[in-house]
Amino acid sequence: MRVNRLAVAAVAILTAALSTACSGGSDEPSTQTASQSAAPAGPVKLTYWTWVPNMDKIVAVWNQAHPDIQVTVSKQAGGDDAAAKFLTAAKAGNPPDLVQAEYQMLPSFVAADAVADLKAETAQAKAEFGEGIWGLVTLGTDAVYAVPQDSGPMMLYYRKDLFEKYGIEVPKTWDEYAEAARTVHKKDPKVFLGTFSSKDPGSFAGLAQQAGAQWWSISGDAWKVAINDEPTKKVASYWGDLVKEGVIDGMPYFTPEWNKALNDGKLLTWPSAVWGPGVLSSNAPKAKGKWAIAPLPQWNAGENHSGFWGGSSTAVAAKSPNKAAAATFATWLNTDPQALGLLIKEGAVYPASAKGAALMTEAPDYFSNQPDFWQQAASIGATARGFTFGPNVGVTYNAYKDAFDKAVAAKSDFAAAVQSMQEATVADMQKSGFTLAQ
Amino acid sequence: MGSPKKGARAGRAGAVPYLFLAPAMALFALFMALPIGYTIYLSLRRTKVSGLGLGKGARTEVFAGLANYAAAAGDGELWAGWLRVLAYGALVLVLMLGLALVFALMLDAAHVRLARLTRISIFLPYAVPGVAATLMWGFLYLPSLSPFGEHPFLSTDLVTFSMANVAVWGGTGFNMLVLYTNLRAVPREYYEAARIDGASELGIALRIKIPILVPSIILTTVFSVIATVQVFTEPTTLRPLTNTISSTWSPLMKVYRDAFVTGDLYSAAATSMVIAGISLVLSFGFLRVVKNHAFGEG
Repeated sequence: MRVNRLAVAAVAILTAALSTACSGGSDEPSTQTASQSAAPAGPVKLTYWTWVPNMDKIVAVWNQAHPDIQVTVSKQAGGDDAAAKFLTAAKAGNPPDLVQAEYQMLPSFVAADAVADLKAETAQAKAEFGEGIWGLVTLGTDAVYAVPQDSGPMMLYYRKDLFEKYGIEVPKTWDEYAEAARTVHKKDPKVFLGTFSSKDPGSFAGLAQQAGAQWWSISGDAWKVAINDEPTKKVASYWGDLVKEGVIDGMPYFTPEWNKALNDGKLLTWPSAVWGPGVLSSNAPKAKGKWAIAPLPQWNAGENHSGFWGGSSTAVAAKSPNKAAAATFATWLNTDPQALGLLIKEGAVYPASAKGAALMTEAPDYFSNQPDFWQQAASIGATARGFTFGPNVGVTYNAYKDAFDKAVAAKSDFAAAVQSMQEATVADMQKSGFTLAQ
Repeated sequence: MGSPKKGARAGRAGAVPYLFLAPAMALFALFMALPIGYTIYLSLRRTKVSGLGLGKGARTEVFAGLANYAAAAGDGELWAGWLRVLAYGALVLVLMLGLALVFALMLDAAHVRLARLTRISIFLPYAVPGVAATLMWGFLYLPSLSPFGEHPFLSTDLVTFSMANVAVWGGTGFNMLVLYTNLRAVPREYYEAARIDGASELGIALRIKIPILVPSIILTTVFSVIATVQVFTEPTTLRPLTNTISSTWSPLMKVYRDAFVTGDLYSAAATSMVIAGISLVLSFGFLRVVKNHAFGEG
């Protein structure tokens, strides 16, 4: 009798445990269908993955004005990890409704069928953006996969005070930059004009864009991969030679060592994007007011080109049950003057929208010595050229890190590293079955 | 009256053990068998893209047979990773277990002052999470930040040693505690008898304590081998600080890269199965080799 009761109890506990486990699993879809069918009645709830600082404050303004569409911000780490997380969540079937998507990752999102086509919802927003930026969210197709948020035209950040100290001029060409690197290092072997980072493929892509590279292109129904094109090899060899010569350092960006070098005035330049002030002010607070910006050095005197490093858009997940509401929010966030003002002020974002540039008046605090910071940035931004990103940028960027890690450590041929990026990218695309043009 | 009751009891006794086992079995099925089964399923598949791969339906999942396993077996980088982990593992195993044994014996020796404090301070690093420990050491290793001066701790030649150092620092305490606890359980009469026979403290350690400890040493070795094969935290945390650690430095890092960086869950699944296999072979192989030594006497 006692045994019997125990057995019954055990079975009861077990079934209870199993049934809660099962209902836990099926919970989500049921609420999703509920919110879908009940959308007109109750407020639509959206989740938004982003790493823009203070986005919760900006979203609070939206939520206040739109009781029917309530957005919840989920703060992400940003970078490659955020992209991987979104792709995994999309594959698992529970992505957020809205996601911050860097331009270079958008093709991977599209290829994974993880983001929705917003063509109908963004018909009016299109006029707010330049053609170059818009191309990054259409990928040259008829679809629209995201609303552009910010862009990252590249420029040369330099230590104005130390340039004077070492008696060097702001370099107009990369040849002059190399000369300046030699001069500085000769005067003080502990100081470098710059460093080449093997951890930041985005920076290298931007420099290659400036030189006129086209890593991917679409011809008909086939991808053309040309990461080892002449402009890219030229850029790689240029930096490779300087690193080998020992006049450009090989420490990666965004490391404690790099922060220290910036703070101590051991690094005099940083070819970076318009979002640089945010990084400098938090990583090198000691050097406030000592940095200035200039256009990137050019490959040929008299030219005027730049490239893009970073920049992102707001995409809507293909699996979101509330795509229309999500698209409305994404459009508001990136085109409404009030939202743009908040993005600039709270998020330290350089908006991609044409309206946004007009709102940038006061120079960043860190650059208070350069009151025309935004005018400069805008005129440099107009010279930036990008390229189409492929559907497996993750593979390419990872190959960049591994190949350039080795090349910098061994001071070996950088052009060979570019070649291995090309080979890894092509091999991955062939393995998956993409059609490749010869 | 008697016999039917007896029969019922026998029947009940037959079912009851299974009822008691049921929770464990259910948990095992849910959290072990099912995920492993799914991993095997994934490892036999791959994505097939058509055309540009953009838009709906351009990407499908197809059966791949053993192609992912063939790719894992033929991947030079994966084997190079195994070699790196082998060198790292040899360092860690010898240093960590050697130190753990020495510390345990020293603490167990009759007259040690501040034994309690020493024991705790050797054990303490084990309580520091791996990521925190690695970051802390990482800062100590960076030439421009290191209080040890400008030594290239993270250079190609030294990086394996630097990483092994983190693992030894973190793991010695735990292993020492396992061995030490075992030593405390040994009846003191053994040592008394040995002393009467004229054995020195060193003699007691070598001829009595270490032989008694052999099963525990084997246990800690097996655990350490498994942990070494799965090394991931240290190299992954140090990687952003240096350019001497590739994204495929250890086999498990390659699994992570395949799954989350390059988006190939299927290769990652196949490589995980290979790693699990090698891990099993190594641990059971080691146990088999030492079986007679360890458990032969009993």
